[in-house]
Amino acid sequence: MSTNALPVLAAANTAPMRPALLLSVLGLVLMLLFVVSLGVGRAPLELAATIAQWMRGDSTLATLILIELRLPRTLLAALVGVSLGLAGAALQGLLRNPLAEPGIIGVSACAALGAVIAFYGGLSAMAPLALPLAGIAGALLAVVLLYALAGRESSTLTLILAGVAINAFAGAATALVLNIAPNPFAVTEIVFWMMGSVADRSMNHIQIAAPLMIVGWALLGTSGRALDALTLGEDTAASLGVRLATLRLMLVLGTALAVGSGVAVTGAVGFVGLVAPHLLRPLVGYQPSRLLIASALAGGVLVLAADVAIRLVTIGPELKLGVVTALIGAPFFLVLVMRLRRETI
Amino acid sequence: MRITAESITVVVGTATLLDNVTVTAEPGQLLGLVGPNGAGKSTLLRVLTGLRDCARGQVLYDGRPRSELGSLRMAQQLAYLAQRGSVAWPLTVQRLVALGRMPHLRGWGTHDPAGATAIEAALTDTDLVRLRERIVDTLSGGELARALLARALAVNGSALLVDEPVAALDPYHQLQVMEILRTRADSGQAVIVVLHELTLAARFCDRLLLLDGGRAVGTGAPAGVLTDENLRTTYGVTALRGERDGAAYLVPWNCVNQAAGAIQRSA
Repeated sequence: MSTNALPVLAAANTAPMRPALLLSVLGLVLMLLFVVSLGVGRAPLELAATIAQWMRGDSTLATLILIELRLPRTLLAALVGVSLGLAGAALQGLLRNPLAEPGIIGVSACAALGAVIAFYGGLSAMAPLALPLAGIAGALLAVVLLYALAGRESSTLTLILAGVAINAFAGAATALVLNIAPNPFAVTEIVFWMMGSVADRSMNHIQIAAPLMIVGWALLGTSGRALDALTLGEDTAASLGVRLATLRLMLVLGTALAVGSGVAVTGAVGFVGLVAPHLLRPLVGYQPSRLLIASALAGGVLVLAADVAIRLVTIGPELKLGVVTALIGAPFFLVLVMRLRRETI
Repeated sequence: MRITAESITVVVGTATLLDNVTVTAEPGQLLGLVGPNGAGKSTLLRVLTGLRDCARGQVLYDGRPRSELGSLRMAQQLAYLAQRGSVAWPLTVQRLVALGRMPHLRGWGTHDPAGATAIEAALTDTDLVRLRERIVDTLSGGELARALLARALAVNGSALLVDEPVAALDPYHQLQVMEILRTRADSGQAVIVVLHELTLAARFCDRLLLLDGGRAVGTGAPAGVLTDENLRTTYGVTALRGERDGAAYLVPWNCVNQAAGAIQRSA
């Protein structure tokens, strides 16, 4: 793991232990939260005892809750968090802009639109794989559109405006599809797809989404060295041997696969891809290659923590995951915008 | 590495950026590309680096086209410094310079035996040893320009192509950078530099290519290229000439069409 994370600048690495330490700490926190997430919920659960029961093959109410409800929820939170953290870090490296985030720039919303069309158009009933594939198609459309609009120069203004337009379009189209569909719960469904949630998902959801997601991770995770070179601009990166066309294709496809398949089962969970890289960047010396895996782990930690927090707040109906991540993420976004504004003036 | 460009023509829309330019950069020589703004110097440098395709003509590296060498060999052999380069993330100077070693790393590996020496030499040559741990955001314009040059020096291939490396520098560091380029050429690299500073170009370069409006106006030894006639027709300036330690120097002195006005102001 650590050799993947610090490939590029070994010669310049003044603190070679630090990346390994950082990744270990993040990995440990992720595992810890994973266990906590299995234990927390409306129904009280003796975690150790229930796992023991399950290992023995006993089928009790407790094992049912653990395996059928808590485990898929926890796995999905971790998977989606890792996807968003990784995609955020990779997109920011590609566009050389810390505000590029799957939610803000409309990738998540377009993926949700794709999933909604597949779900309510009946496609996913015919073939389960249609759901993540439609999500990926939506995400792909958004990334390609965004790159065409704001890829070449890394102007924050263009990027954000493109994101606003894509988000508005995807949101409206999603609402339209849900209204047209013979669906008495359109309003709640709109909220689910816009706000995202990992509650009440089954292992089936994970089985159809995870393989595609992992292919996306591989594409994003191997782009580190090229992203480092891209720090110096496209010409210099090309002169250092980076094949720009290949890199763009890898990152666009990787983002679409990782985010699209995730959003197809959880709805759009916002701001994770913004907060995770932003928090981790100083700890990896601002180096895009080292940020990738650290940010992926941090994304998993953030989403798991947010989902645990939702279940700990017991007043009223359960909050949507995306509500919590937005409450944490939006202020971050504002601070980043203000800082960038100050720098450009 | 010998870089040969034959009949290079670059067309964008209706504009001809380069028109049938032929030039050769020899190993061990410092070749200067000079010419007024918009002459096509940077375009030619990008074509020579292999970053830009041309409508007609071809570039050969030791007699072979880029496609035959492959992008990795190209990157290892040929270092390029962009004009007005910027750094997207606040890296330390040392990390920035180390990016120059990227073509020499394989796969996931970190094995690069010559890397540490090359980085050290690049930092020393550009006077940046003291600033190695500084974040690039906190550097002055000139310091950043030197750090970016150090990045290109760290590649340590057999050709070095630099676009206006002295533009933001104080006189001391202008001379220092020219001396570095001179040293690299003397050590056997083919060095190509885009310059606006005619005094430095005339003094340090072995050969010059004078471009104007995309066409080669003159090529050869500086004395034969930077003639009064060429300076007047391309730059629209006259030069003050003299001699120091047996070497001729020139300083751009007056605008041709405003010469009368300038003299009046100084009187």
